[in-house]
Amino acid sequence: MRRIYLDHAATTPTRPEVVKSMLPYFADSFGNPSSIHSQGQEAKGAVEEARTKVAELIGARSEEIVFTSGGTEADNFALKGVAYANEHKGNHIITTSIEHHAVMEVCKFLGRRGFTITYLPVDKYGLVNPDDVRKAITDKTILISIIHANNEVGTIEPISEIGKIAKEAEVYFHTDAVQTVGHIPVNVDKLKADLLSISAHKLYGPKGAGALYIRKGTKLVSLIHGGEQEKRRRAGTENVPGIVGLGKAVELAGQEIGKEAERLAYLRDKLIEGFGEKIDHIRLNGHPTRRLPNNVNVSVDFVEGESMLLNLDLEGICASTGSACSSASLEPSHVLLALGLPPEQAHGSLRFTMGRENTEADVERVLEVLPGIVARLRAMSPLLKTQK
Amino acid sequence: MPDAWSQYSKKVMEHFKNPRNVGEMENPDGVGHVGNPVCGDIMELYIKVNDGIIVEAKFKTFGCGAAIATSSIVTEMVKGKRIEEALKISNKAVVEALDGLPPVKMHCSVLAEEALKSAIEDYLNTSPLPP
Repeated sequence: MRRIYLDHAATTPTRPEVVKSMLPYFADSFGNPSSIHSQGQEAKGAVEEARTKVAELIGARSEEIVFTSGGTEADNFALKGVAYANEHKGNHIITTSIEHHAVMEVCKFLGRRGFTITYLPVDKYGLVNPDDVRKAITDKTILISIIHANNEVGTIEPISEIGKIAKEAEVYFHTDAVQTVGHIPVNVDKLKADLLSISAHKLYGPKGAGALYIRKGTKLVSLIHGGEQEKRRRAGTENVPGIVGLGKAVELAGQEIGKEAERLAYLRDKLIEGFGEKIDHIRLNGHPTRRLPNNVNVSVDFVEGESMLLNLDLEGICASTGSACSSASLEPSHVLLALGLPPEQAHGSLRFTMGRENTEADVERVLEVLPGIVARLRAMSPLLKTQK
Repeated sequence: MPDAWSQYSKKVMEHFKNPRNVGEMENPDGVGHVGNPVCGDIMELYIKVNDGIIVEAKFKTFGCGAAIATSSIVTEMVKGKRIEEALKISNKAVVEALDGLPPVKMHCSVLAEEALKSAIEDYLNTSPLPP
């Protein structure tokens, strides 16, 4: 059976060109970038070349890019780094109720260790109100961290407006741009971000590589101590193949960004429209227009997400859900709840995130398969009877 | 081969794909209704009892794959059983009958046991005791 992968927000396949660019750095150019000899310097050159590429894509300077093990480390570095370097100035951090776990859990951690965290609400589309940010700032605020585009519902936040507010208040501003870099234009000056997280495997690069953009002059402490790599900001021998892969992935993304986003947005809208026509009691989660070009998130009434997901998987279609049933906590997605969805609708959510290899035929296949699955599960659902 | 990579056993997937005894029952002798939308699982279990023996069982479930599979198998397990025997069916027995459940899904088996107990209780509360 042909497998249709529609879970690119979870991870993307590493592009063949990227794999090819990485291969020399496993065995041939295997040197340690910290070594003085030519074997080491060759690897160092490759790392610096990748750094330049990442910097170019987001309008930064090379020296403002620090390589990490991925998006989660970048988020941890940004939040803990700023918090502990600036605690003499204040202990207040502003974030939202729809952050990725890599930010949310760090905020909870800091909250248990003397920091005060404000979790801003969002509207029914998942949008943060910049005025709420402005009002939340106190003389103790040291950091604002707001996701660029939400990974579940795809809503793109008004980051540059918020960045402007942060700048005026002289508060550091971090944005988790893991879902946007390489997919929609990201420029650190336009967004007015002081810190910005990037992950390679979300943009057709390898897993285990990422970066944190740190605006020159930003004070933060290191997360990982040891050798003098990354100008002492991130110790540990560099993941050279991973970093080279990240560099290649951002280079390719930069070349294709506008055209690919347009193609995906067409597929996205076709899927959304098709769902509306073929399935009743289905609703779109997230913003109708201010959303990632590849994200479709819907709630299907009277049925549970995991059971739809399993049925789709049996048909070769890989998607995702915000239902609790896919987690140990039994709580549905905090993002969907923050949007105001009642629990049963959060449990009935499905996320399709499209990517480079997807075609119109894939969208048509989903539209062909899902209505039948929903009908079968609804026939089994005790919720439908009570609603009739 | 999606089955091979499933977190579920073959038996769970088999019941999930072809659930037994789905639907409502006209004039059931006992109805069990457990779970709630917040936790994401709702089970309704209907039983028909004749001479102290469960002759028919049906279910309707809103929930994940494990919730559907446990509901399905429990309707099979109770059929033909005397009330007192059916009351002894534990969640452990449901899990065993399905060749195991992932740890995070154990609560689904508890829900199936509760649905059955609640249906039997409903029967005992509303029907005259068999002679």
